[in-house]
Amino acid sequence: MDFLTIIQLLDSTVRLATPLLLACLAGLFSERAGIFDIGLEGKMLMAAFFSAAVAAVTGNVWLGLLAGIGSSLLLAALHGVASITFRGNQLISGVAINFLAAGMTVLIAQDWFQQGGRTPSLIGGGRFTPFDLPFAGSVSGVPVLGPIYSELLSGHSILVYIAFLAVPATWWVLFRTRFGLRLRAVGENPAAVDTAGVSVVGLRYAAVLICGLLCGIAGAYLATALQAGFVKDMTAGRGFIALAALIFAKWRPWHAMGACLLFGLLQAIALRFQNIELGGITIPVQAMDALPYVLTVVILAGFVGKAIPPRAGGEPYVKER
Amino acid sequence: MTLMKPLMGAAASLALTAGAALAEPALIFDLGGKFDKSFNEAAHGGAQRWAEETGETYREIELQSEAQREQALRRFAEAGANPIVMVGFAFADALGQVAADYPDTKFTIIDMVVEGDNVRSVVFNEHEGSYLVGMMAAMASKSNTVGFIGGMDIPLIRKFACGYAQGVSAANPDAKVIANMTGTTPAAWNDPVKGSELTKAQISQGADVVYAAAGGTGVGVLQTAADEGILSIGVDSNQNHLHPGQVLTSMTKNVGNAVFEAFSDGADMETGFSVMGLSNGGVGYAMDEHNASLVSAEMQSAVDDAAAKIASGEIKVHDYMSDDSCPALSF
Repeated sequence: MDFLTIIQLLDSTVRLATPLLLACLAGLFSERAGIFDIGLEGKMLMAAFFSAAVAAVTGNVWLGLLAGIGSSLLLAALHGVASITFRGNQLISGVAINFLAAGMTVLIAQDWFQQGGRTPSLIGGGRFTPFDLPFAGSVSGVPVLGPIYSELLSGHSILVYIAFLAVPATWWVLFRTRFGLRLRAVGENPAAVDTAGVSVVGLRYAAVLICGLLCGIAGAYLATALQAGFVKDMTAGRGFIALAALIFAKWRPWHAMGACLLFGLLQAIALRFQNIELGGITIPVQAMDALPYVLTVVILAGFVGKAIPPRAGGEPYVKER
Repeated sequence: MTLMKPLMGAAASLALTAGAALAEPALIFDLGGKFDKSFNEAAHGGAQRWAEETGETYREIELQSEAQREQALRRFAEAGANPIVMVGFAFADALGQVAADYPDTKFTIIDMVVEGDNVRSVVFNEHEGSYLVGMMAAMASKSNTVGFIGGMDIPLIRKFACGYAQGVSAANPDAKVIANMTGTTPAAWNDPVKGSELTKAQISQGADVVYAAAGGTGVGVLQTAADEGILSIGVDSNQNHLHPGQVLTSMTKNVGNAVFEAFSDGADMETGFSVMGLSNGGVGYAMDEHNASLVSAEMQSAVDDAAAKIASGEIKVHDYMSDDSCPALSF
């Protein structure tokens, strides 16, 4: 395998890992605050549709991004109302959101565009174009470092850089701010937070809405940067892989980036090489596809450290009985 | 309650007889959905054409899950729909179980063979059409490397790939074919993001023409090919218009005709086995104003020549599904 192939492989890894990373950080905020969210998939899908639809109609991808984030926030608020205010089962609410998104997107798309549940192809300003880092063109001649900078780091959509910048931002917010401390506390022991006179409900809503914001960006990235339009069910299970990555990362931001890059790399390898020859043994592509889930099960089974979710996760907070 | 029962029973039997008297034909779409710009949409087009020409109506359903196959078939059969047309290989098991229970109803299955006195099985010689577009791909390629991207890894899609590879090597024995499948689950039909990545991976390996036989995933393949400035080949329906000037051609499969014929024949349709190939216009390649500038006269005459030879039996294109192996391509 030559150097250029490795660069291309890693380039593909970055593209594939970005939606996972955004969704994973989204889940991180929500679950750290004690709200389990298996509706990441649905929120991404809804955002993918609305970003593509608005970008197609207005020709402006930034308006599309806003619409995507808005629709995702709406679903997040719905999840919040069901699971925080009305203390419903968080898993059921998440499943409902997934179904709602899968059905509504196709229905609305068919009504608006009559193209069978898809949006028209985005052209020109309706898409996020590759964003070149400064001097990318001039350093491409430099051996080793040149291609790494100009091919691997430069030339992605701006949303990719936002996603990777969101990792240190998440770490800083969660571990270096008062808001973050309270947010983590509300996922471990909401009663203590309440005793301290801080609103549990308010904190949890904030976390769920941040989750909606990040899922919105993830969905918009799929439909307007990676693709040029919405196709039904286009998230294809990425929300669930992001959840797996979240468990794999044990609910920590930097590890989440590592997990998403690893899962992205596995996908990229599976896409690039159908069957891998390793010393006489052929690894079929299906094995590579299944690997993220297998790894997650291994982590959950406690073979490699223990994955302990936030203690109050999944339980609605009841102030008085 | 005692009164309700006979009343409801009467209403139900009335509804049943009403259904039987109308004997509308019915069409069942596969999981790809009615508007997949490809296979199912072609079937929809055929049914619409029949409805417009005859002024009659038909019933239809889009499946949402595997579990609905048998249920949908039984529903339509109970309701008196006749004939019932289903598009997709995946109906084989369900139809095999249901067909015998409704001897008076005629069934048509497209893309698969099911035994039964009341079943018409329509299969297409996709390998022949793929052979032709494979020749065009090889002639249009400057890098001598062409790509194939399949949807779900099933024998039918391998049949496309195998015919394509044979066409490529017939036109240019030195050309290399890179073949990839998107996945092994039905999600592989609707994952344009993965289709894009596969296309980019093939481009980085030198491919400059890619053939997508992947349903909705193909939308991503064609898009990426257009973005990266290489040629692509569409499938099932004519997809040349999706990116004018950047789709070399489309391997067309006249699914619409098969549906149209079944609907027109109505309840007295002939059953048995029917093969739609190059010789009877079942498959072919698409030429229109969108790709006229891409296909040279030389290419077209070579392909038309091969088409005539395949139709007459002079060229034999190997069918992957006949023995589950392909001489021109290893999977």
